[in-house]
Amino acid sequence: METLLYLVFGLVALVGGVLVIVNRNPVYSALSLVLTMFAVSALYILQQAYFVAAVQIVVYAGAIVVLFLFVIMLLNLGDQGNLPAASGTRRFVGALLGVTFAGIVGAVVWEYASTAGPAAAAAGDIDHTKSLARVLFQNYLLPFEVVSIVLLAALVGVLALIRTHGRGLDSSEADNV
Amino acid sequence: MSDFAICLAVSAALFTLGVVGVLVKRNAIVVFMCIELMLNAANLAFVTFSRQHGTVDGQIFVFFVMAIAAAEVAIGLSIIVTVFRNRASINVDDVTMLRR
Repeated sequence: METLLYLVFGLVALVGGVLVIVNRNPVYSALSLVLTMFAVSALYILQQAYFVAAVQIVVYAGAIVVLFLFVIMLLNLGDQGNLPAASGTRRFVGALLGVTFAGIVGAVVWEYASTAGPAAAAAGDIDHTKSLARVLFQNYLLPFEVVSIVLLAALVGVLALIRTHGRGLDSSEADNV
Repeated sequence: MSDFAICLAVSAALFTLGVVGVLVKRNAIVVFMCIELMLNAANLAFVTFSRQHGTVDGQIFVFFVMAIAAAEVAIGLSIIVTVFRNRASINVDDVTMLRR
């Protein structure tokens, strides 16, 4: 029964991933991405990683995809956004590399999955949010602080990128005031 | 086929889909979405192995990956907006200045 759920949500995730690539319209791609995020989140819940599943929905579906949609609608591309996928040769080379890559990764996964066996170790209490926080704030405190600095750097970087070299208000908008 | 193997296979397939998307698509925003797809595949593998080994360390790494992904998306989208301002296009084939 549980294996069936794994299969169903895994298939939904893959269908969403295919739709991201196949859709011409970037808005539909973003919505397919949400589908994939929710299916992956369901796989987390099946593996009893409840907090990660909640964060997945909040951060990915709630923040990142909304940011994508915001930029798509801000640029207001219209038909210009519906680019055809690629030229024939590039599509062929992409598919070839994709199949090769799938073969390599699939072989590694097959090797690991067949040797490791079903030795799911004491899965009872590993996933309490409390134990997660204990590990995060004791063993991984330094990486946690470094990540906060990375986020600050990203914030500053975005402001530096978007800034229009001092002519934010003076030239164009000063006329309107 | 065990649940463990299913999750790993889904993770590998999602990663491959992301690679193919980055190679094939020309809309820069969709290329970014495919990068998110790859990050999600890695996260799924992290959680799967974490469950298999009975530790939470893999789930901690998922948080770090998510934080970096959020920073990366913010920077990447602002680069796309800047390119669109200068070129009036988000086709990745139009931005080839570094190749020459």
